[in-house]
Order: sequence, then C-alpha cells, then structure tokens
Amino acid sequence: MTSTLPLLVFDGVVAGYGKEVVGPVSFSVFPGETVGLTGPNGSGKTTLANTVLGTARVFKGEMRRAEGLTVAVQRQHPVRLSEIPLTGRELVRLAGADQQPLPASIRPFVDRRVDRLSGGQFQLLQVWATLGAPVGLVILDEPTSNMDPHSKESLEEILRASHELVGGVLVISHDHEFLDHVTSRTVRIDQ
Amino acid sequence: MSVDVLFDSLFLVPFLNGLLLAILLSMFGTYSRMRSEWLASLGVAQAAAAGLLLGAFVGGASTLGALSAAIAAAVAKTFLGRRSGNDAYAVMLLVGWSAALLLAANTARGEDLSRALLQGQLFFSGPSQLIGIAVLVPTALGLMWWLSPRLLLDRLLPDRLTGNGKPAIRHDLTFDVLLATTLALAATAVGVMAAFALVFIPAWVAFRFAGSWRAALTWSVGLGMVAYIASFALAILFDQPYGPVLVAALLVVGTSRSIARK
Repeated sequence: MTSTLPLLVFDGVVAGYGKEVVGPVSFSVFPGETVGLTGPNGSGKTTLANTVLGTARVFKGEMRRAEGLTVAVQRQHPVRLSEIPLTGRELVRLAGADQQPLPASIRPFVDRRVDRLSGGQFQLLQVWATLGAPVGLVILDEPTSNMDPHSKESLEEILRASHELVGGVLVISHDHEFLDHVTSRTVRIDQ
Repeated sequence: MSVDVLFDSLFLVPFLNGLLLAILLSMFGTYSRMRSEWLASLGVAQAAAAGLLLGAFVGGASTLGALSAAIAAAVAKTFLGRRSGNDAYAVMLLVGWSAALLLAANTARGEDLSRALLQGQLFFSGPSQLIGIAVLVPTALGLMWWLSPRLLLDRLLPDRLTGNGKPAIRHDLTFDVLLATTLALAATAVGVMAAFALVFIPAWVAFRFAGSWRAALTWSVGLGMVAYIASFALAILFDQPYGPVLVAALLVVGTSRSIARK
C-alpha cells in the first residue's frame, strides 16, 4: 500500500555533469514501493541516481526529495579497499543496519574481514548494509554485478524480506529478469 | 651501563612523554592508513620541523612554531589532498624538508636544532611537555570517540554522509589538526622520522594480522608501545640517540608483516 506523498519525484529531469547526459525522465517513488530503473549501458541511469546525491546536475525539469528524506546508496562500484581489517559485522554496524536481524545468507561470512570476502559475498553485504540502514529511501545501483546465480537468489530473498524495513527502494539494473522478480514496477529510459 | 639506570627517576618524565605520544600516534596510524593518507603524516612532521626552526629563528618560540606549521600543513592537506592525494603530500614533504634545512643552515642554533629533530631529544623533554601531552591525550581520545565512525563511514560508505547533506570536511579537518598537533609534539621529542614511523609501521603490521577494526587498534597501539619501551631501554643502556633506535625497533616489528603469511 502506498501513501499519496512521494519520497522522490523526477519531473521531466534532464541531468548530466558538464553537459546533458540523460532525459527528460519522469517518475516517482512512493513509500513502500520497490521501483526498477532500467535502460541500456550508458543511458544515464547512474547519473539520475547521482542527482539525488547532489553529485550530478539537473539541467532541466525538477528532482524533488521529500522533506527530511534520508538516503542510502549501494554504488555500482562500492569502495573496496585491498587491505582493511574490518569485519562484515562492523561494516553493518557502521551503516546502522545492525538493528535488523541478519539475513541467513549473510550470517556465514559476516564475521570475516571484508577484504577477504568473494566479490559476490562483498556485494551481498553491501546491499544489506544499505537496505538495513535506518533511512527513508534506498538506491541500489546494479546490485547483481559480481554475483553468481546463487548469490542473486540470496539477493532477491534479502530484497523481498526487507520490503517492510525501508520507506522506498529504487533498483537500477539492466537485468530485466531480476527487476521482474523484485520490483513492483519498472521505469525504462532510452539513450 | 647498569640496568638500574633504567629506573632512575630522571627518566620517568621523558618516558611518560614518549609513551603517551607513541600510544596516540600508533592509534592515529590505523585511521591514517585506512584513509590512504599515511604519507601525509611525514609531510606534516617535516612541516613541523621547519616551523620549529622558524620559531627559533624569529624569537625562540620553537614549540609554537612547530605547532603552527604542522596545523597549517594539516589544513592545506585537508583541502589539497582531497583533489591531489599523495602528490600533494609529497610536495608538502619536500617543501618542509627544504625549508627546514635552509633555516638550519642560516640560523645560529639551526644546526643543533636540525640534528635534534633528526635524532630526537626525548631524554631532555620535561614536565612542561608532559603537561601539554597530558591535556592532549584525553582531548584526542574524546574526539576520536566522535570521529571514529565518521572517518570509517566517510571512507567506506561515503554517500551516506554527503548524500544526506553532511559534509565530510568537519571531521576530516578535526582529525587532520589532531594528528598534526600530536606529530608536532612528537617530532620535537622523538624526531621527525621516528614520529612518522610510529604512525606508519604499527598500523602497517596491524592491517595484515588483525581480524577486526577493534583488533587492529589494539594491535597497532600494542606494537607501538612495545617498540617504544624496548627502544627507550636500548637507547639508555647503549647510550644511543633515541630516534634512530625507535625507528630500528619499529622496523624489526615491521619485518613480521613480510615474513608471516596472510
């Protein structure tokens, strides 16, 4: 069930950095929704996410965040230091995601150092550190990258289980099948 | 020399001065390494050395000069390092080194002070330094309680702060000034290179062996303390300059990183 006030609104947004990259794009994310954003490589999906974070520029149209909305983002290329003595549990705690019960798929490796996890394990941990955070809106940018089919299934389970934890979720992906499984609707942008 | 000399009350204040600085620097080293900014600490320490010589040159306020130069370098580092990283730190190091040696060559006490900064003058540090360090320690520990999660978050999940209108500059600058203040005091006590080694080596080893962040802090501070205490005793017993002995002890600690498997 969705409330009438959107968490995030893109209203005819044309966005980019030095020059226009994407748009015009219009869509909204309401509380309780998991919305997919898809399009070909280089179509500007990540640029749209960056407008929410203030790191990309809106040239035309308007991007509105609900008043006081807090955001957590799982980047397509998250920061992964080659050597860092930090456990998965410490990362989850740092992200504020330790108030929720840990998903079963993460428990086996949550006490290992994050620099000693496989790519898929690290990605799952990052997604949970984002989804479990006490924020109003979560943006997942290509969450299935680095993941084998088993990890992808675990990711789908985590996303479905976290449906009630966060206000709204925007999932950016070029994986249509994955989006069909986890989102309530998908917005497509073209180059 | 007899071992009894180690327990001479004459050495108690210098011992405490160095121990407290070693604890702080090896703790800061874990954060500095996590931020990939360990080279900056050598630049800041070198700037402190130049500031000390300049302070002595203009009127004898050498400690004030060291602190001012180190803090100025830290502020420059906060802003320049965000864009240029290690390039900015290397330039800072070279500017500090050049200025320090030129000041040393052209001032009355310059050569002596320069040698002191190379070798460390820990055994000549006294109660006035201890008072300053005793104020610094609780201040630093209190601030790190607030800073630690923010520094980690800024490095590992940076969007969490900037994406919610919380600029990183406030905690970046606080940490840099805190480290610079400690480095300035340490450079005058144990020498520039020994102060840098306390930031670099314990954390370097801890990052290899520790199983968690909390363990890394414990490893780093523990190794810094062990190297400090061993070198303090060795320097007295064998009548050696303190700074090089501390660096040698830290290097011995550092070899454990390369000979042990991950």
